[in-house]
Amino acid sequence: MKAPASWIREYVDLPADVTTEDLTARLTALGLKLEAIESASAGITGPLVVGKVLTMEPEPQKNGKTINWCTVDVGDANGTGEPQGIVCGAHNFAPGDLVVVILPGGVLPGNFQISARKTYGHLSAGMICSARELGLGEDHDGIIVLPADAGAPGTDAFDVLGLREEVIEFEINPDRAYALSLRGIAREAALAYDAPYRDPADRDVPSPNDAGYPVVIDDPVGCPMFVARKVTGFDPAAPTPDWMATRLQQAGMRPISLAVDVTNYVMLETGRPIHGYDADKLQGPIRVRRATEGETLTTLDGALRTLSTEDLVVTDDSGIIGLGGVMGGETTEMSETTTNVLVEAAHWDATSMFRTGKRHRISSEAGKRNERGVDPVITPAAADRVVELLTTYGGGTADPGVTVVGTAPERPEITISYDLPARVSGMDIDAATTVTNLEAVGCALVKEDTTLTATPPPWRPDLNDPFDLVEEVARIVGYDNVPSVLPREAAGRGLTREQRLRRRVGRTLAGAGCVEVISFPFVGDAAFDALGLPADDPLRTTVRLANPLSSEEPSYTTTLLPGLLKAAARNLGRGASGVSLFETGTVAFPVDRGPAPIYGVDWRPSEDELAKLLEALPEQPLHLAVVLAGERERAGWWGEGREAGWADAIGLVRRLGTELGVEIEVVSTSRAPWHPGRCAQVRLAGVEFGHAGELHPKVCAAFGLPARSAAVEIDLDFLMRHTRDVTPGPDFSTYPQAKEDVALVVAADVTAADVEAALREGAGDLLESIRLFDVYTSEQLGADKKSLAFALRFRAPDRTLTEEETAGARDAAVALAAERTGAVQRS
Amino acid sequence: MSGPNTDYDPVEVTPLKPEEVEAARDAAVAAIAAAADLADLKQVRIDHAGDRSPLALANREIGALPPQARKEAGQRIGQARGAVNQALAARQEVLEAEHEERMLVEETVDVTLPTDRVPAGARHPITTGSELIADIFVAMGWEVAEGPVIEAEWLNFDALNLGPDHPARTMQDTFWTEPAENHLVLRTHTSPVQARTMLTRQPPIYVVCPGRVFRTDEYDATHSPVFHQVEGLAIDEGITMANLKGTLDHFAAQMFGEGISTRFRPSYFPFTEPSAEVDLVCFVCRGSGTLDGASCRTCRGEGWIEWGGCGVVNPRVLAACGVDAERYTGFAFGMGIDRTLMFRQGIEDLRELFEGDIRFTTAFGSEL
Ligand SMILES: [Zn+2]
Repeated sequence: MKAPASWIREYVDLPADVTTEDLTARLTALGLKLEAIESASAGITGPLVVGKVLTMEPEPQKNGKTINWCTVDVGDANGTGEPQGIVCGAHNFAPGDLVVVILPGGVLPGNFQISARKTYGHLSAGMICSARELGLGEDHDGIIVLPADAGAPGTDAFDVLGLREEVIEFEINPDRAYALSLRGIAREAALAYDAPYRDPADRDVPSPNDAGYPVVIDDPVGCPMFVARKVTGFDPAAPTPDWMATRLQQAGMRPISLAVDVTNYVMLETGRPIHGYDADKLQGPIRVRRATEGETLTTLDGALRTLSTEDLVVTDDSGIIGLGGVMGGETTEMSETTTNVLVEAAHWDATSMFRTGKRHRISSEAGKRNERGVDPVITPAAADRVVELLTTYGGGTADPGVTVVGTAPERPEITISYDLPARVSGMDIDAATTVTNLEAVGCALVKEDTTLTATPPPWRPDLNDPFDLVEEVARIVGYDNVPSVLPREAAGRGLTREQRLRRRVGRTLAGAGCVEVISFPFVGDAAFDALGLPADDPLRTTVRLANPLSSEEPSYTTTLLPGLLKAAARNLGRGASGVSLFETGTVAFPVDRGPAPIYGVDWRPSEDELAKLLEALPEQPLHLAVVLAGERERAGWWGEGREAGWADAIGLVRRLGTELGVEIEVVSTSRAPWHPGRCAQVRLAGVEFGHAGELHPKVCAAFGLPARSAAVEIDLDFLMRHTRDVTPGPDFSTYPQAKEDVALVVAADVTAADVEAALREGAGDLLESIRLFDVYTSEQLGADKKSLAFALRFRAPDRTLTEEETAGARDAAVALAAERTGAVQRS
Repeated sequence: MSGPNTDYDPVEVTPLKPEEVEAARDAAVAAIAAAADLADLKQVRIDHAGDRSPLALANREIGALPPQARKEAGQRIGQARGAVNQALAARQEVLEAEHEERMLVEETVDVTLPTDRVPAGARHPITTGSELIADIFVAMGWEVAEGPVIEAEWLNFDALNLGPDHPARTMQDTFWTEPAENHLVLRTHTSPVQARTMLTRQPPIYVVCPGRVFRTDEYDATHSPVFHQVEGLAIDEGITMANLKGTLDHFAAQMFGEGISTRFRPSYFPFTEPSAEVDLVCFVCRGSGTLDGASCRTCRGEGWIEWGGCGVVNPRVLAACGVDAERYTGFAFGMGIDRTLMFRQGIEDLRELFEGDIRFTTAFGSEL
């Protein structure tokens, strides 16, 4: 909302020494936030004066243009009193006209420095200004010709042109719709300075009578009140007075024609949107009703709109002539030939206005006010003000008929105890202050012993609850007076175990050289295709968005890998020789358990209702993904570098298991987007919770990553859920260790994990640890065989083992491995 | 080795002559002194103190002497051998020290060589920033509450006094899931976590809720459709706006340094009543608006930075969430984590947070 400062001051007697900065600081503290102060003279530095054209000599030029060599009387403004010689390219003036002259030393917007300069064979000492050159509008057809009474030559032109005006732009919160008017802003200014206020809507209006235009309201909920007034014999060619056009422009509205400008001006002045009809185009009585489904209307903007049963419409005998409170229709639109105007000032139900505006995507100044709530009581006054301005500036006469149908809705009463503002705000606010401040915002009060009952003023539809009144009292006392007091100490339980574990996961990965990234969780088929996911892959079943940012990525993601792989490629593209990235984030899997209910808000839903609501939500596990691409260890004076590979990926998962105190099982598997022979399924207690390994070469190529890039994606929630709450301390033997190493030849496709598991089980309780320390293949063994060397370490809790015991355990281990995996011990 | 001297001839036993013994001792001591390194000394030890050294051989002859001469000869040789051994030990010590010193010099490396075989990792500033904020509140006895990002419409809007026709529902341009009749949204704020907390816990409640939120904003230097918020909620007996101010002042001082406080401006949020915008004293110019004679860039010369919104929890919200509004009052606040970090860390472009460029993230290390 833009408000010229002089317009505000028209309704409130502010002390003379109050600057616009002071005023806006106080209004900001009251809740009308200053957005910007624009000075109309922004960018102009004088001398800028009124000049009287004495002579003008047209001089045709070789380039086909004709310039005017003028002498202009600028009084004493040039220091000499002599006429000023100025070259001017415009032709819309004549000797004797008053014009606006900027003299050498002045500056125009755009830092255009004015100096005396040689041009077209003359010394031109200054410039005769157009509106555009002064930043006052787009009109560049000619220079500004001032009215004959504008002032004597040499008079400062800043005042003449209204350039001293400061326009204040406020950010108006949705609850303060009353401040979308000068009436409301001035009221707040009066509140800020406790200054006298004149309500521009407080005027004597003629009494309603039966001679007015016939109006019927079929839906008094949607349209509680409708006022119609008529002006006849209006001159459609009458210009809008300059002062009004200037104010409209300063408030951000474009002057169009007197009739339209007057309705806009009164809307800005009072906050009440007004609609004008060409009365000669109306047929029969006006009727306000809800539309029937499928009815249509072509609105003023030329759009054909199909209406719904919720839309409020204004009709006459011809059918629908307007979308009530939102936008008028084409058929009764005022034009340049309109001489009889019917003025509509109506009060509309805010919710209906909001829904209609939203449904038809119409955003207008009128709609903005109607949907937030307008003072219903001033409806007749606003109509009367329009009639007054139309007849004053457009001739014509006010028709004696005055139609007022319906009444302004009643305001609810709100009862509070006197100390509520103090109890809620924590400020020292006594009963007297509460009373004073509520009266200051316009509430009518009934005072009881311990409580008071307030009826909010009609322009404050936002005041409905006790706490609304608290805010009014508190903002006038001033939020700066709220003391700073910490609440009592709470016995908090600290971070949850899961929150602590999540931090540990992040630190572990960062410690392992991985850099965390955050990507947008949106995904589309292109990414799934790039990952090589089969058509029936469960990851392709997504939660889809109704209004995605991009139709290419219409879903909430089921995997963190696309974002991560893209980030890896981006880093490599920017010159990194290797990149290790990780991300923890939510993924979503749809569930089909029906819609989430919408409950009332007057009381808490029952446990069952709440459960029903929660179970409708998609599954949203926290995932962890890692991508390792390119150099994992750098080359250096220590030797060769090392490219990342499948083992790094699986190693990170194992490392996490160690950090979180769980034993992770690794099982060979095949799954997109991993290399089918280099993919591990990772499990906890036999349950899969993710995959790790080398990416499929096609996936690397699709994302622009080097071959052998590796990745991990796991369900981190699952992993964290399966950690132990309390980790028991270890219990280890102090007797000597017995060592046995065995080398086993197995078929190439037998996994080390299977052999190890067999050895572990076969060795029995005496086995303390087992570790694979070598994998060996050779021609001698054959291409389909490999040799796995394990270090077995035995120890008993209560004695030193004998050689026989150790050998026996070793043999049992080898025997079970042989039975399970076909292993043959190498001699 | 020789056994007892059976061919005893006292005249032949020259090594036992005192001058011979002294000469052997002096020769040994001289050789020891002349040994240049440990290898030399080892040879000297063999030559002058070994089994075949003159003094060892002489010692062996003692047994052949007449008994009356044995004592004197034994003493003499013993003293000579003692002197030699002492000299050996002393020289050994000196040479070992020299050797060690030389070795250490020889083993000198260029310690300025690079050691970054595995490049450093880092955690994202949003993560560490959220943890920093959480820790500030946990230190006050608060807890950290969390919730899902795809949320029920009722929890994201209705329960928070944002009815179906509330203008704020369009102000916060919302991502809806398909089909819209399922009433699921990508949460537009972390406030549904507050609602969940009130629905499932009894007061006193002191929770802080950091998390990812979504709005259909343009993606530019200061806006993102995906961003992060932290909200706080306190519900207890006798909670006032003064407690809200106290909490936010403490938060500001912990986050930005002593002396950095907040100011309130009246505002509007459906969730709270009364509501306020929270401004923060600009921690760069410390509220003066100027820095080194020029207008402060961080606060654009205003001395204050817009930080977030707050207010007293609207009793309508308490009712919808089953909190006894007669007994309890509460306050709530919220601010952008991304934005807070942008001005705390001097990040110029919000998009840097979501590009995944390791040069950006590693610059923060793992603690802000
Ligand atoms: Zn500053």
